[in-house]
Amino acid sequence: MFDKQKAAEIKAAAEKWDNGVKSKLERQPERKLTFRTSSGMEIKRMYTPADIEGMDFNADLSNPAQYPYTRGVQPTMYRGRFWTMRQYAGFATAEESNNRYKYLLEQGQTGLSVAFDLPTQIGYDSDHDLSEGEVGKVGVAIDSLKDMETLFDGIPLDKVTTSMTINAPAAVLLAMYIAVAEKQGVSAEQLSGTIQNDILKEYIARGTYIFPVVPSMRLITNIFEYCSKSVPKWNTISISGYHIREAGSTAAQEVAFTLADGIAYVEAAIKAGLDVDDFAPRLSFFFNAHNDLLEEVSKYRAARRLWAKIMKERFQAKDPKSMMLRFHTQTGGSTLTAQQPDNNIIRVTIQTLAAVMGGTQSLHTNSKDEALALPTEDAVRVALRTQQIVAYESGVTETVDPLAGSYYVEAMTNDIEARAMEYINKIDDIGGAVKAIERGYIQKEIQDSAYKYQMEIESNERIVVGMNKFQIQEGSPKGLLRVDPAVGELQKQKLETLRNERDNNKVNAALEALKKAAQTDENLMPFIIDAVRTYATLGEICGILREVFGEYQQSVIL
Amino acid sequence: MDIKAGLLKGDKRAAARLITLAENGDEEAVRIIRECYHLTGKARIIGITGPPGAGKSTVTDRLAKLLRMQDKKVSIIAVDPTSPFTGGAILGDRVRMNDLSTDPGVFIRSMGTRGALGGLSKAAHDAVRILDIFGSDYIFIETVGVGQSEVDIVKLADTVVMVMVPGLGDDIQAIKAGIMEIGDVFSVNKSDREGAERTAVELEMMLDFNKSSDFRPEVINIVARDNQNVDKLLEAIEKHWEYLCTKSNYQDRKRNSIHTEIISLINQYIITSIQKNNHSNLIQSMVEKVLKKELDPYSAAIEILQSVPIITTVQHDN
Amino acid sequence: MDRPIRVVVAKPGLDGHDRGAKVVARALRDAGMEVIYTGLRQTPEQIVEAVIQEDADCLAMSILSGAHNHLFPKVVNMLKERGVEDVLVVGGGVIPEDDIPGLLEAGIAAIFTPGTPTSLTIDFITQNIKK
Ligand code: B12
Ligand SMILES: Nc1nc2c(ncn2[C@@H]2O[C@H](COP(=O)(O)OP(=O)(O)OP(=O)(O)O)[C@@H](O)[C@H]2O)c(=O)[nH]1
Ligand SMILES: [Mg+2]
Repeated sequence: MFDKQKAAEIKAAAEKWDNGVKSKLERQPERKLTFRTSSGMEIKRMYTPADIEGMDFNADLSNPAQYPYTRGVQPTMYRGRFWTMRQYAGFATAEESNNRYKYLLEQGQTGLSVAFDLPTQIGYDSDHDLSEGEVGKVGVAIDSLKDMETLFDGIPLDKVTTSMTINAPAAVLLAMYIAVAEKQGVSAEQLSGTIQNDILKEYIARGTYIFPVVPSMRLITNIFEYCSKSVPKWNTISISGYHIREAGSTAAQEVAFTLADGIAYVEAAIKAGLDVDDFAPRLSFFFNAHNDLLEEVSKYRAARRLWAKIMKERFQAKDPKSMMLRFHTQTGGSTLTAQQPDNNIIRVTIQTLAAVMGGTQSLHTNSKDEALALPTEDAVRVALRTQQIVAYESGVTETVDPLAGSYYVEAMTNDIEARAMEYINKIDDIGGAVKAIERGYIQKEIQDSAYKYQMEIESNERIVVGMNKFQIQEGSPKGLLRVDPAVGELQKQKLETLRNERDNNKVNAALEALKKAAQTDENLMPFIIDAVRTYATLGEICGILREVFGEYQQSVIL
Repeated sequence: MDIKAGLLKGDKRAAARLITLAENGDEEAVRIIRECYHLTGKARIIGITGPPGAGKSTVTDRLAKLLRMQDKKVSIIAVDPTSPFTGGAILGDRVRMNDLSTDPGVFIRSMGTRGALGGLSKAAHDAVRILDIFGSDYIFIETVGVGQSEVDIVKLADTVVMVMVPGLGDDIQAIKAGIMEIGDVFSVNKSDREGAERTAVELEMMLDFNKSSDFRPEVINIVARDNQNVDKLLEAIEKHWEYLCTKSNYQDRKRNSIHTEIISLINQYIITSIQKNNHSNLIQSMVEKVLKKELDPYSAAIEILQSVPIITTVQHDN
Repeated sequence: MDRPIRVVVAKPGLDGHDRGAKVVARALRDAGMEVIYTGLRQTPEQIVEAVIQEDADCLAMSILSGAHNHLFPKVVNMLKERGVEDVLVVGGGVIPEDDIPGLLEAGIAAIFTPGTPTSLTIDFITQNIKK
């Protein structure tokens, strides 16, 4: 960005300065021998234009909403409209979760984000043996369209955008959402929201998989295809690095493995005969926000630039929208401690700043009781207020990409991009993300980082305030959220009633049709929608698909 | 717990405990095995070997399931490497066999190689015997897939199944000297991947060249993950068994194996005797002598051996 | 002790949080133990069988999904029914302090919650195994 001579001068001066500092280090030593980001990347004493010597403003940065989108995907960014404040919530029954959603909307939240319980995410009804003890515990239990009707009762689906964290059975929950909307008189074309629908990271880091890779990828491309025609405003996938990071990865690994998954989806869809510009604009992403503020901001910028290049160069996308990486962010749960939980509010504030200065499209802020239980209403309110304070009071929202041009942030952006690219090349050599997952390569890389992180905490190399330094004696935390264990029984009864009341002939016919279709290569979405309309349960639908597709076997390499 | 009685009744806890004793070199284990030795020889012993991650555990799981449909009692010994630095190990083969673990007719045991230098440990040998006495119809041993263990497994197993994967071209070249002699049945697993046919053809060619035995191993393409062709693999295993029973020199094979075992026990007893009798001083003084060239190492070894009362020290009390 | 301690590390139920269990498994290995890792989604029956067949000295279970009050005691009771009394059972994960006394009562020897150094778990297991 500087002419050659100027750059050389700056570089020489910086070296001279650095040598001067070094000569005094013996008398005035620094706190550590080497300084590293939270992810372990080495940090220099100071950065100058020499550190971004080869950088080309137009090619590498450009202006907001211009290729390669390093600076963001919207021209006015938060000057136009704030990010969507979207708290992930759901527990117990559809009734209780419905109440929580209404509360959140009243408090100024602008979008819904549904957390399902584990049986729902793994395709079991509440009365399945394996569901025992798990119903409604960590999310809302949805067995059939009935529950879904209750969940969105009184919430106009043409007015809110809804994000659903659902993966293996994403097609079924999306079908139910469409069916509920229908009953509210809202057409599928009007619906807007997101399903996570990212199975690869379930195999890698999140664990709610059902089917093997091939049929899972088929379900995903079926959804892409169906939505591009019938639910055009829907984000058909949220390619997630969040869980990869929470499983213990570094920032660069988060970018690398997420984009590698993204590449696998794009390839699968192209292979299924779709045109890249037909589905790519609806791809969205999901990243983490950890405490290392500047590393995180650099991470989002690197991810945007890298994805734009991949879409343009590797997949020859033409539509700029196909190249724009839009993303949701959640603050980093694993950075939050059970000890002195109030401290977590501060951490979440830093992380919120990272996400916002990194240009996120929507944000979930974790609550201070993260490491203790599902959040209470009070804790969620503080977390939401944190976003609102950053939005309305901090000022970081008033210009687009405020940290651009910082020598450090630009150098780090380059560095993360390069490291991520190195991983992506390695994964290409293995034969792509799917093979790398089957071999356990990605999982192993993440586990190594997670183990290192833990050992650094235990050796006090990594300080976590309140946990391994500045500890205090604490009493046991009071007033945690508790899910009534009776929820399980309640759901079971509801199911029994449902199975008695519905027209079981219609149900069986729909399931039979679905089974036949699953054995061919027809798009399954219409069959699933038909089935949910008859009040076939989630477990019944997934059961049929389990019969045809089989189940995924986890790959563990420790 | 009366381990012997339990073992004879087919109690899994007794078998499990006895294997632990054997692993830990407890004399009690040797005693019980000796007392029940006449009951051994009923189980078919099948070695499963091949490179890391080839699908050995998955193949074992699928074969075991087929045998369960024939109501056979199946035991599985899965060996994983022990860390030479810490002595610890992560034993992860069980993950692949999860639905078998609650089947009353199946017993699965994970073992670390411990000090066995990559080889199949003596403990695995004892475990096979214990599970034979326990009443297994089939005993599978999954090796770690490095070096010595492949060779050791041959001495123990009736049939050795090599699990290969497509695209190992160069690797096959590199290890073929070793594996050609070892495998009685070759499976090309992960045949859902590219190059499976070619790998099979390459293997066939190498086997054609190998004239060291009159038995020509079969090569079978399988997809263990999706249970494809595993029945064919089992058939090939059975065919090898028929060959052993009828045409081949099965008794010779057994003789060889007993011979090897006796020799290795003698070795082991001598070493144990020397250690037990605290001859380290003697050894140390010999070392010094050899160092000073007062003695040569050959004579030193003989002198040590002569001073060890071998027979009395290795007697097990009955 | 001159033999490695054998530990079954298990994830009962549908919970997919395995970062902690894997970290603990590796730490135990690095402390010289033999760790049998069973993977996700284990039923109590599968866990009990693994403990028996592997003749484990210790069963270490991890739950972060809130199903601990149901699943931990179920496994312990099943072990008792099978006459297995000499195995040390420990648990870990996100478990509210108020639930811990009940779990100890049910026969879990110790519960390790977020922030516990793995060295503490290692010491506890080494000092308390029953065989
Ligand atoms: C990381 C994380 C995730 C990652 C998991 C990645 C992975 N592969 O493990 C991701 C993002 C995928 C995830 C997803 C979900 N999560 Co989560 N997650 C967490 C989080 C932030 C940290 C857990 C962690 O790994 N910490 C780091 C490790 C090293 O620590 P640890 O597991 O606590 O282990 C230590 C000790 O507990 C102990 N220990 C743990 N296990 C064992 C076992 C033994 C044997 C021993 C001796 C010791 C021991 O020793 C370890 C070392 O100190 C916690 C909140 C928190 N801060 O604790 C929420 C949390 C556990 N998650 C929660 C929820 C609800 C979910 C979801 C179910 C949400 C949903 N509805 O979809 C999903 C689905 C997950 C699934 N499939 O089950 C809730 C659970 C609520 C509850 N129990 O009441 C929590 C508490 C957050 C919250 N407050 O809402 N999550
Ligand atoms: N594509 C494909 N993958 C398979 C097949 N069989 C097994 N796998 C996968 O290969 C990986 C390794 O399988 P394992 O059975 O654990 O292999 P292993 O040889 O026992 O591995 P180690 O004991 O670690 O050496 C797992 O992810 C399996 O799901 C197959 O037929 N096709
Ligand atoms: Mg294996």
